[in-house]
Amino acid sequence: MPGDERALEIDRVSKYYGHFPALRDIQLKIAAGSTLALLGRNGAGKTTLLRILAGLSKPSEGTVRVGGADVRDEKTRRRIGVLGHGISLYDELSAAENLTIFAQLYGYADPRKRAAEWLERVGLERVRDGLVREFSRGMRQRLAVARAFLHDPEILLFDEPFTALDDRAIAVLQGLLSGAHSAGRTIIMSTHQLREALLLATHVALIQRGQLAYTGERTPEMLEDPGYLYRTYGDN
Amino acid sequence: MRNKLVYVLCLLAAGILCWQLYNILLNLPNEKDQGAIYRIVYFHVPAIFTGFMGFFVALGASGMYLATRNLKYDAFAAAVTEVSLTFATIVLATGMIWGRIIWGIWWTWDARLTTMLVCWLIYAGYLMLRRAIDEPTQRARLSAVVSIFGCTDILIVWKSIEWWRTQHPAPVLSVRDGGGMAPGMESPIYWNWLALMCLAAVLVMIRMRQENMAREIDSLRRMAHSY
Amino acid sequence: MGTTSVGSFFGSFLRDTLAIAAKDLRSEFRTKEALNASFAFSVVILVLFSFAFDPSSEQLQTISGGLLWLVFSFAGALILNRSFARELQNDCLDALISSPAPAGALFLGKAVANFVLLMIVELASLGVFGIFYDSRFGAQLGSIALVIALGTWGITVIGTMFSALTVNLRMREMMLPTLVYPLLIPALMAAMTLTTDLMNGTPFGKDNTIWLRVLTGFDFIYSILAVVFIDVVLIG
Repeated sequence: MPGDERALEIDRVSKYYGHFPALRDIQLKIAAGSTLALLGRNGAGKTTLLRILAGLSKPSEGTVRVGGADVRDEKTRRRIGVLGHGISLYDELSAAENLTIFAQLYGYADPRKRAAEWLERVGLERVRDGLVREFSRGMRQRLAVARAFLHDPEILLFDEPFTALDDRAIAVLQGLLSGAHSAGRTIIMSTHQLREALLLATHVALIQRGQLAYTGERTPEMLEDPGYLYRTYGDN
Repeated sequence: MRNKLVYVLCLLAAGILCWQLYNILLNLPNEKDQGAIYRIVYFHVPAIFTGFMGFFVALGASGMYLATRNLKYDAFAAAVTEVSLTFATIVLATGMIWGRIIWGIWWTWDARLTTMLVCWLIYAGYLMLRRAIDEPTQRARLSAVVSIFGCTDILIVWKSIEWWRTQHPAPVLSVRDGGGMAPGMESPIYWNWLALMCLAAVLVMIRMRQENMAREIDSLRRMAHSY
Repeated sequence: MGTTSVGSFFGSFLRDTLAIAAKDLRSEFRTKEALNASFAFSVVILVLFSFAFDPSSEQLQTISGGLLWLVFSFAGALILNRSFARELQNDCLDALISSPAPAGALFLGKAVANFVLLMIVELASLGVFGIFYDSRFGAQLGSIALVIALGTWGITVIGTMFSALTVNLRMREMMLPTLVYPLLIPALMAAMTLTTDLMNGTPFGKDNTIWLRVLTGFDFIYSILAVVFIDVVLIG
C-alpha cells in the first residue's frame, strides 16, 4: 500500500548457506494491522526469515522494506520489536537496569521513566531492583515481553512465543497480543502451537523447504481443523 | 581447457626449474664469500616474492568477495593463502639452513625473518579459522575480514621493520640500491621466480577446484539432511 | 520524513556507545569475575617469571618492558574473550543488533568498557611488578602512562573485534588467541621497546619516536577498520 508506513514488503528474498537455499524467492506483502501466523516444519526456514525481518541477518538476494525504507535502517528498527527464543535480558543486572538500557538504545529521552512504566504494566514494579538471575521463570518471561513492547513497536516479530510457557504466561501473552492487534499493530509470529496462534491470526503463511507454499487469510476452517494447511499444501 | 592450462604451466615450471638447476649446480662458480651454500638464494628469494604476493592477492580477493558475495572469490582467496603459506614455509626453511651454515645459528630475530614469521602465523591463523567454520557463507565472510586485518598487519610490520636495524644481508638484486651480483649470477633468480609463479598458479587452480567441490558437497549434504 | 543531521547522528552514536559501555562495566563490576581472574592470572605470571629470571639483575632492565606487556596481553585475553561472549547468554546479542544502535556503536561501547577493565588490571599489575621486581618508574610516569594507554587501546581494538568475529564459533576460546596474538605483534613490539626504554630512564627521543609512531598508526588504522567491518562480522 503506497504511503502506508507500517506495511512490510518482502521482495524476492533468498538466503543461501553456501549453495544450499534456506529461503528461496520469498515474495510477501504483509498489510498493516494484520496478524500473520508463519507456519512450517522445523528447518523449513521460518526462523531464517524472521531473523532477516528482525535485521539480524542479511538476505543473499532481495530486499525487505518497511514503508519504503530498508529493514536495516535505524528508523525502521525503532519500529520493530523482537522476541526470540531467549529472553534477551542480562542476568546480572536488575529488572529496571535491563529495561533502562533498552529504553536508552531506542532513543528515549527519559529511559528510566519509560522502564518504570513498563515494569508496572507487567507487574514487576515490586522487584524492580531484583537481579534477573533471581527471578522465577514466569517473571523472566514477563520482563522479556516488557522489553519487546517497551518502545511501542508498530511491528512485532515473535519466534515461537508460546513455546515453554505455562498456562498463565500463555494467557498473559495472548492478552498482550490481542491488545496490540486492537491497537493496529502488525504482528508476525512463527509457531508450532497452531491452536493459540490461529486464534489470533488474521493471515497465515506456510513455508515449506524455504519456499512460500501458501499465503492467505485465516479462515474459520483452519480454526476447526488446524492440520488442514499442512495436509493440503505441505508434503506428507 | 582448464586442465590443459594446468598441464602447460606444470611443464613450464618443471622445464625452467630443471634448466636452472643444471645452470646453478654445474655452470655457476661458487660465490667468493659464501662458498657453495649461496645457491640456496636461488630458491629462497623467489619464494619470498611468491609468498608475499599471496597476501596482497588474497586481500584483493577478500575485498572482491565482500563486495560481490560471489563465493568463487572466497575459494580463490583461500587457495592463494594456503599456497602462500607453503612458500612462506620454504622461505623460512631455506633461510634457516642458510643461516645455520653461514652465521652458525638457526634463527635470529632480524627484520626480514621476523616479518616472514609473522606472515606465516597470520596465514596459519586464517586457515585454522576456515577449519573451524562449517557454513560456507559465514566462513567466506569471516575469513575475508581476517584476511583484510592480516594483510594490513603485514604492511605495518614491514614498514616498522624497515626502520629497524637488521642483520639480514643487504639487498643483493641490482634493482635495489646497494645490490648487484656478478652478471650471469642474477638471472637464475628471475627464472626461478617465473617457475615458482607457474607452480603457485598450478597449486592455486587445483586448490580452488577442491574448494568449489567441497562447497557443493556441503550443499548436497544440507539438502539431504533437511528434506 | 526528515533527514537526521550529521550532528544528531553523532550525538545518538555517542549516546549508544556510552550506554553499551556503561552496561558492560556495570555488569562486570557487579560480578568482578573477569577482573579477578585476569588479575590473579597476571600475578601468577609475574611470580613464575621471577623464577625464570633473577629479579635483581641487569637482565631485568632489558626485559622489563617485554615482561610487562606479556603479562598485560595474556591477562587481557581473559577479559576480551568474555566481551561478546557475555551477550550469548539469553540471546542478548540479537536484541542489541536488532535495536537502532549501529553496530559501530556496539563495538565501540564494548571496546571502551574493555579498555577501562584492561587498564584497571594493568595498573594493578604494574604495582605488583614494582613490588616483586623493585622497579622505579616515577621519573617517566607520564610517558609510561601514555605508552600503556596506546598499547592497551591496540590490544582492546583487535581483541574486541575478534571477540565479535569468533562469538558464534564452537572453538571460540582457542581461535581468539590464535588470531589475535600474531596481529598484535607490531603493537606489542613497539610498546615493549618503548616501555623498556622509559623504565630505564630514557625519555622519548630520536631512537624510539619511531615506535611511538608505529603504535599510534596501529591504533588509528585498526580503530577505523574495526568500525568499518563490524557490520559485516556481526550481521552479514
